[in-house]
Amino acid sequence: MKKPVAIALLLAGASPAHAMHISEGILPLPWAALWFALALPFVMLGCRELKKLSQEDLSIKPLVGLLAAVVFIISCMPIPVPTAGTCSHPCGTAIAAVLVGPSISVLISTVALLIQALVMAHGGLTTLGADIVSMGVIGSFTGYATFKGLRRLGASLGIAAFCAGVLTDWATYTATAVELASGIRGSDPFLPLFTKIVIAFVPTQLPLGLLEGAMTAGMVTLLARKRPDLLVKMRLMKQQEVADARS
Amino acid sequence: MPDRKRRIKVLILHMILLPTLIYTLSFFSLAPKSWTGVDEAVVEKVAKEHGREAKSPLINTDKGDLLLFVFLIAGVVGGFVGGYYWRMLTSEKKPTREP
Repeated sequence: MKKPVAIALLLAGASPAHAMHISEGILPLPWAALWFALALPFVMLGCRELKKLSQEDLSIKPLVGLLAAVVFIISCMPIPVPTAGTCSHPCGTAIAAVLVGPSISVLISTVALLIQALVMAHGGLTTLGADIVSMGVIGSFTGYATFKGLRRLGASLGIAAFCAGVLTDWATYTATAVELASGIRGSDPFLPLFTKIVIAFVPTQLPLGLLEGAMTAGMVTLLARKRPDLLVKMRLMKQQEVADARS
Repeated sequence: MPDRKRRIKVLILHMILLPTLIYTLSFFSLAPKSWTGVDEAVVEKVAKEHGREAKSPLINTDKGDLLLFVFLIAGVVGGFVGGYYWRMLTSEKKPTREP
């Protein structure tokens, strides 16, 4: 019951003046088309992966639907950052990538971003490809690689999820800086503009990335306590680890 | 005594938490911040400096009750899809696969 109320409140407060992500018309059309072309194979891969996984276990579909709602809410949730005096939003793709894999996380991000662009004017329709690449592709794959890499090195679930959340947020905004700098620079050199945008993001996204890390770690550790079977099914934990934790 | 220790811990926690909370709240209320979205404050600002301005949405649903209508349609479609596949999701654990 709480979730529909939260969604209703978020949607009621939406206003095009506070557009998030890359807004309509900011990227020139050839660049917008290029980001769409880059995003498309990943979205198709996500669809294929979801189909494959749901043939083995149908319960993956409600889980993916739930994660899409989570990513939708988190990625349009404005959080005031006192260090910068601005508001920004976490991405939420880290938790999706960790739980269902990066390909399906790209698909989840696509759905969340499409709904935000259509009904909330958060991001544009022509810039949807760029937003999918930054938040969906770069964010998901960075979060997943960080989580898996750290787990292989022996890090605990919480630490691995924290780092995944932090790096997902920072990687997403770095990718946004690349997209923006390459699209709007005209005849100016790329690197100074890219650096300028990254530096402008730092006061907001540095603390917000840490918040996203804490949020991801909180969600994963909560799931490990309450629904360890889910983490075992998603191959994030071994049955032995669950048994050890219980004993 | 564990009870005394607990009380001291709670007291210390309050001594730390309350000033922090008061400071944070006063910081939020006094600081002359705009609290605009970072994409507006950074992305749109930098883009404007380079001659690219944000345009109004291609499909602008923020007109009168149009947005409510969009939610109604989305709810109807989502509800029918969810209802149609409900049986498969709840009772049929595995879809029939051709050999």
